[in-house]
Amino acid sequence: MEAFAYARPTSQKEALASLGASFEESAVLAGGTDLLSLMKNYVESPKRLVDIRGVKEFGGITRGAEGLRIGATVTLQELADDAGLRKDFPGLVSAAAAVPSMQIRNMGTVAGDLCQRPRCWYFRNGFGLLARDAKGKPLVPGGDNRYHAILGNEGPAYFVNPSSLAPVLIALGAEVEIAGEKGTRKELLERFYRAPRTEHEREYTLAPSEIVTAVLLPKGAEQWRTAVYEVREKQALDWPLAAASVALRIDGGTVREARIVMGHVAPVPWRAQEAERALAGKAPDAESAAKAGEAAVRGAHPLSGNKYKVQLARVAVKRAILEAGRA
Amino acid sequence: MADYHWPPADKRFLIGKSFTRLDGPAKSSGRAKYAYDINRPGMLYGRMVFSPHAHAKIKSIDTAAAEKMPGVRAVVVMFEPGKEVLWAGQEIVALAADTEDQARDAARAVKVDYEVLPHLVSDLTPEKAGAGRTSAGSEAKEGDPDAAMATADVKIEGTYGAGIITHCCLEAHGQVTEWEADKLTMWASSQNVTGIAGEMSKALSIPASNVRTITQYMGGGFGSKFGADPWGPACANLSKKAGRPVKMMLERDQELMEAGARPSIYAKVRLGAKKDGTLVAWDSESWGTSGPQGGGNPPIPYVMRAPNRRTKHTAVLTNTGPGRAWRAPNHPQSCVITMCALDDLAAAIPMDPLDFFLKNIEFTGERGKSYHEELLKAADMIDWKKKWRPRGTQDSGPVKRGLGLSIHTWGGGGHQSNATCTIHPDGSVEINIGSQDLGTGTRTIIALVAGETFGLPLSAITVNIGDSRYPASGASGGSTTVGGVSASTRRAATNALNELLAKVAPYLDAKPDDLEAAEGTVRVAQDPGRAMTWNQACAKLGATPIAAAGQRSLDLISSGVGGAQMAEVTVDTETGIVRIEEIVAVQDCGLVLNTKTAESQVFGALIMGVTYALYEEKLMDEQTGLCLNPDMEFYKLAGLADIGKFRVHMMTGPGYDERGVIGLGEPPVVSPGAAISNAVANAIGVRVPTIPITPAKVLAALEGASGTGRA
Repeated sequence: MEAFAYARPTSQKEALASLGASFEESAVLAGGTDLLSLMKNYVESPKRLVDIRGVKEFGGITRGAEGLRIGATVTLQELADDAGLRKDFPGLVSAAAAVPSMQIRNMGTVAGDLCQRPRCWYFRNGFGLLARDAKGKPLVPGGDNRYHAILGNEGPAYFVNPSSLAPVLIALGAEVEIAGEKGTRKELLERFYRAPRTEHEREYTLAPSEIVTAVLLPKGAEQWRTAVYEVREKQALDWPLAAASVALRIDGGTVREARIVMGHVAPVPWRAQEAERALAGKAPDAESAAKAGEAAVRGAHPLSGNKYKVQLARVAVKRAILEAGRA
Repeated sequence: MADYHWPPADKRFLIGKSFTRLDGPAKSSGRAKYAYDINRPGMLYGRMVFSPHAHAKIKSIDTAAAEKMPGVRAVVVMFEPGKEVLWAGQEIVALAADTEDQARDAARAVKVDYEVLPHLVSDLTPEKAGAGRTSAGSEAKEGDPDAAMATADVKIEGTYGAGIITHCCLEAHGQVTEWEADKLTMWASSQNVTGIAGEMSKALSIPASNVRTITQYMGGGFGSKFGADPWGPACANLSKKAGRPVKMMLERDQELMEAGARPSIYAKVRLGAKKDGTLVAWDSESWGTSGPQGGGNPPIPYVMRAPNRRTKHTAVLTNTGPGRAWRAPNHPQSCVITMCALDDLAAAIPMDPLDFFLKNIEFTGERGKSYHEELLKAADMIDWKKKWRPRGTQDSGPVKRGLGLSIHTWGGGGHQSNATCTIHPDGSVEINIGSQDLGTGTRTIIALVAGETFGLPLSAITVNIGDSRYPASGASGGSTTVGGVSASTRRAATNALNELLAKVAPYLDAKPDDLEAAEGTVRVAQDPGRAMTWNQACAKLGATPIAAAGQRSLDLISSGVGGAQMAEVTVDTETGIVRIEEIVAVQDCGLVLNTKTAESQVFGALIMGVTYALYEEKLMDEQTGLCLNPDMEFYKLAGLADIGKFRVHMMTGPGYDERGVIGLGEPPVVSPGAAISNAVANAIGVRVPTIPITPAKVLAALEGASGTGRA
């Protein structure tokens, strides 16, 4: 780990003032469960860490006229333990509770989960986010890509978005609240992510001078029935191989509207609109769920070693729909 | 006079009972000091520079910039320019600095100029690897395999195998070294506290008498920690140069890249049987890689050997990290290849594999009777006859249940070991042995044997091990420790006791031959009322303790064990996820000294077995020559939620006890891969040919069987 300066602001204003103009200059530190590993392995070496855990307004879960506000520094365990959330958003709570290891849940934060870096092993071994060798050759297509993208993987990005919460939050129509020097902006979480085109782009729209301050769930979001299904190889301490989050509005046994978002299958949380259309107007039963699962992966183009993930994504969508339908 | 031999069943008062390990409280409370925990005054932190290339010639090494980095106190070049590194992770330079972070930063300032050479890190067949990349291994023929195969009613052909895994010791390799004038002390995480002292003296050209090595506790070795390794002498040299103690432990990435790998082994197998299940012929061509080393002689076919057979093995030479002995070297892989092929043959006949194995039990050789008993016992424990169903006769629904079995063997004869026993006049007793406790319960076993000899509880015995100043004892590998230390302890303790009895006899008005030590007393065996307490007896020694020595002797030990394991699994055929429901393990190891630590050994082996059967694999990238998962996120180990239910039964009593003590560390880790693979095949109706059995492989096997890819 390179030596770094450490700032611990106590207000949003101080926090923003501590940030620099590039990710090399400064990085936001909350739980540190991802950032510190990246720094120890010299994948990231920011010159200054801005620890936002001392900023009170970045914490807490509050309900207001516009909906629900989950502060950036709320830990995953706080989220999982919140009785109100458990009742209104069982899918969100189950996604938080499923994040492996109590240690990560106790330290890791909501915004940290959304902004953690991809786990692509070429990236983590120092070959850059787009995983290219010294000559610029992309390493993923000809390498071991068992955990890489099956959708949105035309390149140059092949990694998968690692967030546990983003798919279910997107399904619930969440926004991120972002503070910057020009004030606060809100962005649909779905639009927050992007597949980078160059090594200088990040996988989200956050600028180096900005901080994610909260996640906002619109009023009425609790009327969606949500469920998350994650396929894990191991039950203990393992990241999902594929996951699906489903939010359904059900009326008289029929799905009026569906939002289906897959995780760990593409460089961004992947909205499966074809599957949503396939499910609309149907009862959420085994047949329609299987058809929606089918539709969700229709555009998949597996790489040399991850064809199995197409099946896993298909099943994850199917099972998440069935669970949401039962709820 | 007390006699060396193990007491008969009715006379044993500690042997065969269950005792919690003596060092459990120290370990669970953090008081136990592992090499990693040793901190010495003024200690520096060592760090090595590793090759980022799988194959390269080192043109030059420039440490000038690193030497000027903050906190750096010493630099040692470990690799001669002009020579070739043969795997990514090979060590080149070591340096020591005031803090760990300074050492890491300084290591990055070392400039090494490489001429990158072509590498091979993929786990390929000999044909695909090419002529320059293979080395011939063993080749053997027994009987007439071709003629026998022609008489077979049922023949099958298949490819089976196991990929490369690492040892992944939870405590990494490494040591702390400290000099006092020309005398070196090294706290190492070692399976060989006596042996590495000699190795260090040779590498450093100092008298062996000037080296003291200490391993009080260690966090796993599994066969990867026999040697001082290049980092042992390098650490001592850094220490010498800096004039300060140095701690240099490997980090997780280094640990997985180069500090131990179990070779891959694969085989194309043809085998045949008669309609009634009688095995007639085996024909296999096997291969695998152990890194840049060649050779290899896997015991194929394993345990159950068809009377007519041909085998041939070829080693593939690669630029992966070097192989090291991994708990029962070559056995788990050979077991997977053999037991899975036999299971497929049974399914082809078709026959219940339990009946098939019993039918052919004579082909296991001299231990056939034990295997027969063990298979029946395991079948009873898992309710095999009620639960087992032929492949492809599962209920509907995506989750399928299956049963599988396997048998295994190992040697486990005790190694050379010396012990001294001291009886103090105050009644306290010490045993000194230059052995080490890998976590298997060696301390507890030594106390138990001494306690049995003296009629004293375990708590009355002080066991001193883990220090090369104690009498020389062998490396803890090959399941040889328990035989070695139990025999040397028994003899040293008996020799000491006989001196005590001689001293005490006049006070009891008896001959030494008529006395015994039992129940905390020294007494006349035929007239137990004529007794004195242990402490009273020892007080007769006056001021001088008794010190007696003992050496391992073959009359107290034996070798050659067997075991049977059965696994019940469920497989989600829509996701390919395998879950362990239950594994039963039936194991013999001669005379069981401590039932609890024996069972613990088997439990631990089963956890490791589930891990290598389902999850772990060292993944190499051909493009970069690097290991892709030198971490514990993607180098996957089973956790509590993954292991299912285990039940263990130790075979004891007549037929087992009288063989004497035999090692147990290795054998129970051999069968889980095969038993689980066979259970998966039974569940889904088709073989997943290699371990680990990942969801991708399960789905591919199902797709191959159905032709649709949909479950």
